[in-house]
Amino acid sequence: MERNVVVSRRRKTETTAATAAKIDGFDVLPAGSEEAHVLAVDDSLVDRKVIERLLKISSFKVTAVDSGRRALQFLGLDEEKTSSVGFDGLKVDLIITDYCMPGMTGYELLKKIKESSNFREIPVVIMSSENILTRIDRCLEEGAEDFIVKPVKLADVKRLKDYMMREVRIESESNMNKRKSCCDLTESEPSISSSSSSSSSSSSESPLRTPISSSAPSSPTPLDSPIRRLKMTPTE
Amino acid sequence: MDRNHLKRQVDFMKRSLLDQGYLDEQFIQLEELQDDDNPNFVEEIVTLFFNDSARLLQNIEQALVSGPIDFAKLDNYMHQFKGSSSSIGAKRVKNECTRFKEYCTAGNAEGCFRTFVQVKQEHAILRTKLESYFQACISFIWQDKLDHLGLQEVKLDDYMDEGGSLIMDLYYKYDEAHMIK
Repeated sequence: MERNVVVSRRRKTETTAATAAKIDGFDVLPAGSEEAHVLAVDDSLVDRKVIERLLKISSFKVTAVDSGRRALQFLGLDEEKTSSVGFDGLKVDLIITDYCMPGMTGYELLKKIKESSNFREIPVVIMSSENILTRIDRCLEEGAEDFIVKPVKLADVKRLKDYMMREVRIESESNMNKRKSCCDLTESEPSISSSSSSSSSSSSESPLRTPISSSAPSSPTPLDSPIRRLKMTPTE
Repeated sequence: MDRNHLKRQVDFMKRSLLDQGYLDEQFIQLEELQDDDNPNFVEEIVTLFFNDSARLLQNIEQALVSGPIDFAKLDNYMHQFKGSSSSIGAKRVKNECTRFKEYCTAGNAEGCFRTFVQVKQEHAILRTKLESYFQACISFIWQDKLDHLGLQEVKLDDYMDEGGSLIMDLYYKYDEAHMIK
């Protein structure tokens, strides 16, 4: 019988992690490198907390900053340095930014990122409380991947995985892919490494068939393509 | 109080808040983001909202009463306030914000003043209602935990000091009742 509720909760999390490490034939990397890393930019504290939670519950690693300036600093773009990695060594796999921000707008941030040779391949998603067609068009023309109307919902965030998967699949043949090939694997199997993945993804299947986005039954998963299956077979 | 009764109370309060338009679907969306590891997420976000918005409302009030009105600045403040209201599902508050912004755009000072009173009112009403709602949630959660531990006889009121002492007393009572070392 449980001694107290708090202890039993911790035990549950530990068990999940232990199970994850034992999956046969799958070389489990340290927890930090498996989840895709999203840089969230929003000047509103409430919105930052919400987007952070939405992203974490969708198995993303999150860094949330409050301005375009800080986003550029994090990327290492602010001082025009040539570094392609954020100052704490974490790669950024997607940037999601609010449109209306004091100082630098989300649009201006988007432009700066797309102008940078190091970062222009990172998908950028714009969020806005206003559904203005000209604004949406302008952002998409500048290279934004998507435009989300606030308030942001879980379904919107789950869709983000599709952008990353498509990016990875297109680049899978090229050597210029900034993302390591191991990240192709790991981005598609969030439920294995992270303890916070959504409960609706099937957990009993083998890794090859784990769905990426559990809320989009209509979209064919890239996992079904023969190329992806080949990539995921362990070489050892 | 009976666990089921408390649960019905929580559900009823939530349904009322939704039906009367105080809250919208976004609030439900936020509740769905809660889990065992983050059981108080919504309450935390709502607390954040009320703290943050108090500051914004003060700024707006200042802008309204001091000197010639800068409608652009007012609109900017209200845009922020409307944004976070929308993010927590505060429907009525958000609607008043929209009205305020319309008066701002029209350069109608009197309209702004009148609507601002409404904004503050809805903000205060929602705060009170959500405080009651979260109180009911907490009562249910704890009664549920107590039931689970087999302590139906214990009255929840005895342990409702601060959050910290609630847990301590609970464990103490549990140990006492079952004499576990």
